[in-house]
Amino acid sequence: MQLTIQFIPYNQIAYLDSDEKIRKLLREVKLNKIILMQGRLNPSEETNLIQQTMEMIDENFKGVEICTVYPEAKDPLNRLRTFLLGSRDGVTVIGPATIIKEIKRNPNKIELLTSEAKTKKSKKRK
Amino acid sequence: MFENLTKAIVNFFSTIFSSRKNVKLGIYGPPNGGKTTLANRICKDWTGTTMGSASPIPHETREVKIKEKIEIKKGNKRLSFNLVDTPGIATKIDYEDFLKYKMGEKEAKSRAKEATRGVIESIKWMDNMDCVLVVLDAVQNPYSQVNLTIIGNLAARNVPLLICANKMDLKKANLKKVESAFPQYKVIGISAEKGIGMEEFYSSLFKLVK
Repeated sequence: MQLTIQFIPYNQIAYLDSDEKIRKLLREVKLNKIILMQGRLNPSEETNLIQQTMEMIDENFKGVEICTVYPEAKDPLNRLRTFLLGSRDGVTVIGPATIIKEIKRNPNKIELLTSEAKTKKSKKRK
Repeated sequence: MFENLTKAIVNFFSTIFSSRKNVKLGIYGPPNGGKTTLANRICKDWTGTTMGSASPIPHETREVKIKEKIEIKKGNKRLSFNLVDTPGIATKIDYEDFLKYKMGEKEAKSRAKEATRGVIESIKWMDNMDCVLVVLDAVQNPYSQVNLTIIGNLAARNVPLLICANKMDLKKANLKKVESAFPQYKVIGISAEKGIGMEEFYSSLFKLVK
């Protein structure tokens, strides 16, 4: 099985508005790509992404798996900037649920379990 | 005439103050965390009724349910709120997952469709909440993106929240892990099903809603 991992640097999404950002991410994910995005979405964008994902779900598209790792913004100014503009700190991994079965975040490490790997793992258990 | 005027004044003020007292207390979390079980526990404890059916099959609650004017008491204090039980928030819904529960394909697809609508409804309702109980399964890894998104979103809206680490009656439940995942929030260990930790839960609820 061939996996495509696409990197999206922050400067490619920095000037997009929230809707455009989410549309871009979901467009790529629906092409069965795993996206590695520099930075993260702000909380409101994250819920919009979930909402739009739910609207797209059908027999072929089962949703997404998403995970973000980022350093905590400790000073208030940085927090405000992150809330309003999103952040270039950290990394977001997002991919189709048909390919990524599970993402484990623990808390500064991401373990990505693809459907094939999960099948092998469950077979071993049997 | 004087009597009518008095009634009108009393009604006017009671309307104002009751809307302040009857805060909307939302129950949020991922599917299968025990949101409806907790809602049922609260309702049973204070009204003697239940709110909805709970089941081990994910997405049992697929529409927002409201129980109005629940009043709880602690000593001389009283607290009145409208309890809002919401469908579990998820980033993926696969109808094939429901087939494992001996469900027919048609029923599974219909459940999946309803579940997607439920997630959207849940998110839309976030704007209306005054306080929120975030119910997490204490057996599961608390660092899931859905948990972080729900809590991050409520924090960004300045909605007071209490994290309930549910299913503490199970051996693998890990309260410390939930606490360390969300150190800035109050975390209460409960078992909504068995009624464990409910005294502390109600005390925290008074602090949350006041």
